[in-house]
Amino acid sequence: MSDYRIQGETGEWEVVVGLEVHAQVTSNAKLFSGAATAFGAEPNTQVSLVDAAMPGMLPVPNRECIRQAVRTGMAIEAQINKWSRFDRKNYFYADLPQGYQISQLYHPIVGEGAIDISLDEKNPDATGKRIGVERIHVEQDAGKLMHDQHPTQSYVDLNRSGVALMEIVSKPDLASPAETGAYLRKLRSILRYVGSCDGNMEEGSMRADVNVSVRKPGDELGTRTETKNVNSVRFVMAVVEQEAKRQVEVLEAGGKIVQETRLYDPDRNETRSMRSKEDAHDYRYFPDPDLLPLVLDDAFLAECRASLPELPDAKRARYEALGIAPYQATVLTAEVEAARWFDALLDAGVKPAAAANWTTSELFGALNRTGRDIGNSPVSPAQAAELLGLIADGTLSGSLAKQVFEVMLETGDGAAKVVEDRGLKQTSDTGAIEAVIAEVMAANADKVADYRGGKDKLFGFFVGQTMKAMGGKANPAVVNELLKTALGESVAS
Amino acid sequence: MTELTDLGVAGIRDGVRDGSFTAREVADAFIVKVSQAKALNAFLVETPEHAIAAATAADTAREAGETLKPLAGVPIGMKDLFCTKGVATTAASHILEGFTPTYESTVSQNLWDAGAGMLGKLNMDQFAMGSSNETSAFGNVISPWKRNDGGNASLAPGGSSGGSSSAVAARLCPGATGTDTGGSIRQPAAFTGISGIKPTYGRCSRWGTIAFASSLDQAGPMARDVKDCAILLEAMAGFDAKDGTSLQLDVPKWEAGLSANLNGLRVGIPKEYRVDGMPEEIEALWQQGIDWLKDAGATIVEVSLPHTKYALPAYYIIAPAEASSNLARYDGVRYGIRDLPTGAGLQDMYAATRADGFGPEVKRRIMIGTYVLSAGFYDAYYTQAQKVRTLIARDFEKAWETCDVLLTPTAPSAAFALGEKSADPIAMYLNDVFTVPSSLAGLPAMSVPGGLDKQGLPLGLQIIGKPLDEQGVLNAGLAIEQRAGFTARPEAWW
Repeated sequence: MSDYRIQGETGEWEVVVGLEVHAQVTSNAKLFSGAATAFGAEPNTQVSLVDAAMPGMLPVPNRECIRQAVRTGMAIEAQINKWSRFDRKNYFYADLPQGYQISQLYHPIVGEGAIDISLDEKNPDATGKRIGVERIHVEQDAGKLMHDQHPTQSYVDLNRSGVALMEIVSKPDLASPAETGAYLRKLRSILRYVGSCDGNMEEGSMRADVNVSVRKPGDELGTRTETKNVNSVRFVMAVVEQEAKRQVEVLEAGGKIVQETRLYDPDRNETRSMRSKEDAHDYRYFPDPDLLPLVLDDAFLAECRASLPELPDAKRARYEALGIAPYQATVLTAEVEAARWFDALLDAGVKPAAAANWTTSELFGALNRTGRDIGNSPVSPAQAAELLGLIADGTLSGSLAKQVFEVMLETGDGAAKVVEDRGLKQTSDTGAIEAVIAEVMAANADKVADYRGGKDKLFGFFVGQTMKAMGGKANPAVVNELLKTALGESVAS
Repeated sequence: MTELTDLGVAGIRDGVRDGSFTAREVADAFIVKVSQAKALNAFLVETPEHAIAAATAADTAREAGETLKPLAGVPIGMKDLFCTKGVATTAASHILEGFTPTYESTVSQNLWDAGAGMLGKLNMDQFAMGSSNETSAFGNVISPWKRNDGGNASLAPGGSSGGSSSAVAARLCPGATGTDTGGSIRQPAAFTGISGIKPTYGRCSRWGTIAFASSLDQAGPMARDVKDCAILLEAMAGFDAKDGTSLQLDVPKWEAGLSANLNGLRVGIPKEYRVDGMPEEIEALWQQGIDWLKDAGATIVEVSLPHTKYALPAYYIIAPAEASSNLARYDGVRYGIRDLPTGAGLQDMYAATRADGFGPEVKRRIMIGTYVLSAGFYDAYYTQAQKVRTLIARDFEKAWETCDVLLTPTAPSAAFALGEKSADPIAMYLNDVFTVPSSLAGLPAMSVPGGLDKQGLPLGLQIIGKPLDEQGVLNAGLAIEQRAGFTARPEAWW
């Protein structure tokens, strides 16, 4: 249970949130036509006769889009409906060439499922919560109006017209901005793992309609509003916070919440009324007579299931079983690119715990510093495995490894090559180290005397001088041991 | 010698093949006929160049000793509901004026691939909505037939494929395409003394055919006899991956399978089709049809289709519902006409464009369809109508337990005069009473001419078959055709 509460003048209020997430299906072709779907193409260059709703054109379902929706449903352990049907949602708008959107109102392809979220993703011990998913259905996207091309007319770009969307409808199980954000991030993570949506909210591949209502703890559900087309996790969280606050203010002032559609204005961080229920469209849904019911056979379902990758929760559990710290396991599995990179590193035979330490601190730190993401990491898993191998076999000390890694980041060279080229190899050659220790002791006879006189803390000074004289390449353990002997021998003598 | 334009599809095909005449001679003869028949208003667009090009290709192929295509040398008329690449296509509606498709419908492409040529685009009821051709935005087609009462009343050629029926009956083309949603091939065929078959739903691709009611629309041929229908349908039909409701089946060899020997065939006579007020002559013709089929070896059984009386009301809910949605795309944004009053916004443009572009019958059906799909009415109308549709299909399934085909009249009357029924939409809708049930059930059905009424006008008999049994329908039609000996033809007055 969330302890998120809004402190009103009349007491505490709970917020109840449900999300309808529109996720663009990753596919080279649109839901019912062969047209391409790449983002950012010139207006009206990815439009087939079907997408422009030319007379006599007919929709034919794209198998890949259906497959992706089924795989997504399987990833959230949802019921897959072997029989589903497309319906028409009728309304007029210039970005909707057919005059209807083909969607699935009555018989969606995916039924109930669930997504587990953590209430604090940074804290592995935080409480988890299971958020119900009501359904997933597939539908067509609309085109886009451009109002800035002509002083008195609007232009229409139909590139998005007919692109496949999954609408993923949660139950009203979310109770705070933080839970809402966690749900959306987790959903996005799952979609990216499955490969059914790139989750890119800036490009509009994923957007959310946010249903918010408030109530006194224990009361019945209040009237909800729906804020449409919110396109970032941060904005979705802001909508929950602002809209709940607004509703509490309205209710406490003796007003009523009207069921309505609202828009979020990020500049002013507020929601605004778009249209009320009274002027809501009558969409006149009915089964699309151009399309037969969608019937999925067992072989198709088996292929969908077999093609599913290991999902974030399962992967995190596996990492933890390998001895990786829970927090690191969470960080490593949150994004599919990082998890794939790390899996490749594990496949190269490195020790899991050490590899996780190195990846989450050294690699992620370096990527952060250089503003890159793991997708274009300059260091491949194979190169990292080589570096970790050199640390494990004692060739490199921790500090030498950092130096080698820096060079690798700059040059893209492999670890062994860097060690060779720059002579960064750690030495455990006792003769060489003893010779240097002798020099250091000779040059600092006074400090040797002080140490021997009981100033134990000077030991660190001798370690530092020895390492410095050896250009940092001496094996610190060997230096320690030899120094102890050298400094101690003299005492004994 | 017979005029070339008196020949049917098979006669032309065979004559071109054996060199009795050239395809070009045939094309030229029909082109002249078409150009002289403006008074019928059957053609919206004439495309002599298309017909000549196909004829030339046929003649060249023959000279080169190549095997000729199935329809080489046969020029046909194309109902204006089929999109034809580079040729204006309007569905006889003002709202599509100026629209020239950049694509070819599957059915018309199939015909061109089979070697046929196009004489032109045929007039029709606007968006295929009508039974008399009076809803065309470009003037109604006039039937070549006249009553023998000495009057000169202009008669309806039937609808919606009235341009097709009129053109075939007047020998302006040996065959034509039609489409049938609730009887739009069969009723005009009956009114003009020709044959026409609506195949099983899904046999002919709907891709590129302007939609009226998607779950009912089916293309089919109209020609002067059963054999010509079989030949044309073989060319038109076939699986099309671009139509999700297309049947993934091979096209049977219907022409080769034609046989008028009906030994062992059980013909069902549905008692519910004896409607009140049906003219005696139609009753008599029906009985005559029964006798002809008996003569051909069939046995007759009475069957019951108890939900027949609900078919027409259900049809006039389902078809307008689908149409109201299918016709939403005519919005003035991308093609066709656009009315943009000064200072108008988007909604004003929609209203002005659609008010101006659609005819009254189309508007009526859009409004009916919008109404029956509206919140609060959907279950009472649309859901209920779909249940009726299921019951009607079940009626037929039950009938097939005791019979193989059904015989009924095609229409409850002969052709009426233009203007006679146009003031009363319900009276007009009643014309579909015998054709609508088989449309709702998606069954193959055809009309063949049976005889003339006392006013000298043709009457048709309808044969309805089991799903996919076009052969059974054609064969029963052939048996009637052979016994009816229907040779009457309209006197040229145009």
